[in-house]
Amino acid sequence: MAKPITYYLRTDKMPHIWCEGCGHGIVLGAVLRAIDSLDLDKDNVCVVSGIGCASRAPGYLDFDTLHTTHGRALAFATGIKMMKPGLDVIVLAGDGDLAAIGGNHLIHAARRNINITTICFNNSIYGMTSGQYSPMTPTGKIATTAPYGHIEEPFDLCELVFAAGASLVGRGAAYHSGPLSRLIAKAIATDGFAFVEAVSQCPTYFGRRNKMKNALAMLDWQKEHAVTKKAASRLSPEELADKFVIGELGTRTRPEYTKRYESIIAAAAKETDENV
Amino acid sequence: MQKSGNTCRAMVENGRPVIINDKWCKGCDICVSFCPKNVLERPEGGKARVARAEDCTRCGICEIMCPDLAIQVVPANDKKKEISGTQGGSVDAK
Repeated sequence: MAKPITYYLRTDKMPHIWCEGCGHGIVLGAVLRAIDSLDLDKDNVCVVSGIGCASRAPGYLDFDTLHTTHGRALAFATGIKMMKPGLDVIVLAGDGDLAAIGGNHLIHAARRNINITTICFNNSIYGMTSGQYSPMTPTGKIATTAPYGHIEEPFDLCELVFAAGASLVGRGAAYHSGPLSRLIAKAIATDGFAFVEAVSQCPTYFGRRNKMKNALAMLDWQKEHAVTKKAASRLSPEELADKFVIGELGTRTRPEYTKRYESIIAAAAKETDENV
Repeated sequence: MQKSGNTCRAMVENGRPVIINDKWCKGCDICVSFCPKNVLERPEGGKARVARAEDCTRCGICEIMCPDLAIQVVPANDKKKEISGTQGGSVDAK
């Protein structure tokens, strides 16, 4: 890092509230190193979040930050980006906040392809409210609200967001903090909606109930179950069943929303001028 | 926007490769476990500390894996790098 990490932190708010070994701190570090690698101006970055453990992150960051209502981080971020298209707007949200409560905001932000970078801190559980299952809880796992094992299948968030129209989607893991940071840097540099799912760990409410006694065991699980896109292409669907694919999973070039908006405004202004 | 939350600046001596902010460290053992050179240790119920500084290669794995953002690895060429941190928290416990 060119600058010490404390340069980007509100050090008077630290230490953070996350439990010991929580993956969110590792993911947050990866976000900050990505911002540092791009040498972004601290006063030109706006970080927006909703509600949940992950959404506490902006409170510790020395940027302009906004802590909004549950699931609505992307709605607020869209407003900010429309008013100040020059800002680097980054949304940090948990899997419950983003995929359940804010699920519609997510797919529509991707459909509009607005230049916002969204990082999903996916710990597969609602940690702040003591471990209810989320749309990202894997089948069969134990949660407070699924004491005999979860029935549903989780979303493939990257596929969902890419199908909705995002310019870039990718997945990383806390265990692979270095590659995750580089992926986030690429997402921030993308002109359009960019989405990164960061697989994180909740040792307190997910790990302990699912035979992983601490953060180290959960990081081991990430190490054993993450496969790169290249390695995944050589595996059969059966071999891939309990794995998750990491890396840059989809890119496309599409017109960006605020630029389209500006061109509409310019065209409307011209038409008005001609009518006067 | 906050201008500076730093209440103190600690001058880092040459040769101190890893700085652990023990006010931020929650003792999760991730740094101790991930260090490829076994530089770090943690006493039972305590905070992580540098035990074998001479073995450190400054690879930075402890810094990027620390969930508490409490570790900074000082680059080898920085003889007197200024590290800013919270009051009294910048230097690892001796």
